[in-house]
Amino acid sequence: MRELSYRDALNEALHEEMARDPCVCILGEDVGRYGGVLQITRGLYEKYGEKRVRDTPISEAGFVGIAVGAAMTGLRPVAEIMYIDFSTLAMDQIVNQAAKARYMFGGKARVPLVIRTQGGGGRGNAAQHSQSLEMWYVHTPGLIVIQPSTPYDAKGLLKSAIRNDNPVIFIEHKLLYNTTGPVPEEPYLIPIGVADVKREGSDVTIVATSRMALLALEAAEQLAAKGIQAEVIDPRTLKPLDLSCIIQSVQKTGRLVVVNEAPLTGGFTAEVTARVQRQAFDWLDAPIMQVAGADVPLPYNGRLEMAAIPQVRDIVDAALSVCYREA
Amino acid sequence: MELSHQQLADLYYRLWLIRLFDAAARRLFMENKLRGTTHTYTGQEAVAVGACSVLRPDDYITSTHRGHGHVLAKGGDPRRMMAELLGKATGYCKGKGGSMHIADLDIGVLGANGIVGGGIGIATGAAYSATVRGTDQVAICFFGDGASNQGILMEAGNMAALWRLPIIYLCEENQYAEFSPSRPFMAVEKLEQKAAAFGMPGVTVDGNDLLAVRRVVGEAVARARAGDGPTFVVAQTYRVEGHTVGDPLTYRPPEEAEQWRSPERDPIQRFGRKLVDDFGFTSAELKGLHEQAQQTIDEAIRFAEESPEPEPADLWEDVLA
Ligand SMILES: Cc1ncc(C[n+]2csc(CCOP(=O)(O)OP(=O)(O)O)c2C)c(N)n1
Ligand SMILES: [Mg+2]
Repeated sequence: MRELSYRDALNEALHEEMARDPCVCILGEDVGRYGGVLQITRGLYEKYGEKRVRDTPISEAGFVGIAVGAAMTGLRPVAEIMYIDFSTLAMDQIVNQAAKARYMFGGKARVPLVIRTQGGGGRGNAAQHSQSLEMWYVHTPGLIVIQPSTPYDAKGLLKSAIRNDNPVIFIEHKLLYNTTGPVPEEPYLIPIGVADVKREGSDVTIVATSRMALLALEAAEQLAAKGIQAEVIDPRTLKPLDLSCIIQSVQKTGRLVVVNEAPLTGGFTAEVTARVQRQAFDWLDAPIMQVAGADVPLPYNGRLEMAAIPQVRDIVDAALSVCYREA
Repeated sequence: MELSHQQLADLYYRLWLIRLFDAAARRLFMENKLRGTTHTYTGQEAVAVGACSVLRPDDYITSTHRGHGHVLAKGGDPRRMMAELLGKATGYCKGKGGSMHIADLDIGVLGANGIVGGGIGIATGAAYSATVRGTDQVAICFFGDGASNQGILMEAGNMAALWRLPIIYLCEENQYAEFSPSRPFMAVEKLEQKAAAFGMPGVTVDGNDLLAVRRVVGEAVARARAGDGPTFVVAQTYRVEGHTVGDPLTYRPPEEAEQWRSPERDPIQRFGRKLVDDFGFTSAELKGLHEQAQQTIDEAIRFAEESPEPEPADLWEDVLA
C-alpha cells in the first residue's frame, strides 16, 4: 500500500469531501491562498475558489460563529483553528451554541460542523501553544471528539466527521504531521466511535490517545523484549468512547494502563479508569495505572517540557508495575 | 519635551539594541538553540522606542508575540531576555516562557503574548486599575494590524472610552498578519477609523519616524494622564523579515522588503541622519553607539549561554501563588 504523511492524508480527505459535496466549505486563518499554516488545506483554494475556501481575519469567535450558523443552514463547514489553545476564543460558539443547538431546540437543528484543530506539546511552543484541551470538549454533551494518531485514521475519520450531522472537534497533534503510514488509494471511511487495536497482546492493555498511541507502541516493543505482551488500543474517538473494545481487552489481559497527554487531574485517564473498574472489576488483577501530563502549564525549557509530558519510559514503567515486575 | 543630547543618544542606542537582539535571536534560532518559534521586530524599532520614550518606569505596556522590541524599549534587561530565549533559569521567566512570553512586572511590562489580541484586555485592566488606585499611570497596548480584527478590541475599546481610561491602543500596521497581507482583511479604508466605533480619537503616524511616533504618543499619553481618556494610534510600518524566523516568505516579492531596508525608509538610518543633520551628532558618535549596543548583546549572549538550566523540580514551582 502507498505511504502517506498524516499531513497529506488530511489534505486528501478534504479534497475528496469538497469534490463530493458542494456544501463542504473551509474557513480559517491562512487556509486559502497560503494553503494553511500546516498546509492541510493546500490546493483547495485554487480548486474551489474564495466562496468555499475562506481566508478569515484573526477572529476566532467570529469565524467559528459563522461556521456554526452556516452549518445550521445547510452547509458542512470545516473551520480550522490553528492551535487548540485559540479555541478558547471561540468557546461560546462551540460550547453554548454548536453543542447545544440540537437538544435545546428539541431536536430540530442540525449542526454538521467540523472544527479541525491541533494540540499537544513537545516542540517548545510553551504554555499558550501546547495544550491538550480535548477533555474540555469531551465534557460537553452535544459534541463529538476525535483524535487520530495515524495517517490512515486521520483520513478516514476526517471524512466521516465531515459527513456526520453533529459538531465534531477534530484534534490533530503537532508532532504527527510528518509521520507516515499506509493509506489506500481507494476511498474509505472509518466509523466514528470505534476504537482500534494497534497491537495485540495478552499480558497488559495500554489505552493511549493521539500521539501517546505511538509512544505506547514503542513501549510495547520494549515490554516485549522483557517478555510482556502489551495490547495497545487507540480509542481514536474520545467521545463517544468505544468502551466495549477496552473492556474486552481488559477481560483478556486483566491489567490496564491508560495514557493521555493532558494534565492528570479531571482527565481522560480518570474517566476510563472509573468506567473500567465498574464494568470489569472482577477481571482486574492489578490497580489501573494512569499515565498523564503534569498538572502544570507547559514550560518552554526542553528538559522541563519532557518532564511534563508522558514519555515512553513512563508507559513502560506503568506497564511493568501493573504486571508486578521490577523496572 | 525637549530631549537632551544624552537622551537622543540613548534612543539611538536602543534602536540598535533591538535590531541586534533580534539578529542574535535569529542566528541562535537557526543554530537550533531556541525552541518553538521566534518573531523579529526588525524594521519596526522606532514604534516601540518612540512610544516608550514618553513613558515613566511605572507606566505599563502589554506586548505581543513579536515582543522583544517592546520589552527592550521599556527598559528590559537584554541579558535576562536572552537567557529566557535559551530557556535558562536566569531568564525573565526562569526558562518557562521563552521568546513569546517575556514579562518584567517590575518595569511595567505585563507580558508578551502568544495569543493575538491577548494583551488588549490586560492593558485596559491596567489602565482601569490606575484609576481605581488613584495614580496617574498610563498603559500602552501594543498590538498588530491583524490583531485589530479580534473581537476583544471592540469590547475593551468601548469600556476604555466609556470610563475614560488612561490607555493608548497602539496598533502597529506592519502590513502583514502571519502569511497574508493584512489589508485585504479589513473593511475600513484606514485602520484609525476603527477608533470612531469605540468613541475615541484615532491618529495615524509614520511608524518609521521615531520623533513623529514620540510626538503623537506623547500627546496621547498627556491626554491619558490628565484624565481625558484613551487614544487609538496607528503606527504605519513594515515587517521587514518573515512572520517567524525560518519563514521562506513565498507570499511576497523580495523587492518589497528591500525597499523598506533602504536608508530612506529604515527607521534606524532615518533617525541617525536626523541626529546628524538636526542635533549635532557626528557619524563617529553614531558608530560608537552602534558598537556599544553590539557589546551589550554579545555580553547578553555570553551571560545566557553560561547560565544554568532550570532544575527538574522547578517544573512544579509557580503554578499558584
Ligand atoms: C488567537 C490567535 N489566533 C491566531 C494566532 C496565530 N498567529 C500568531 S501571530 C499571527 C499574526 C498576527 O498578526 P498581527 O497582529 O498583524 O501581528 P504581527 O505578526 O504583524 O506583528 C497569527 C495569526 C495566535 N497566536 N493567536
Ligand atoms: Mg501585522
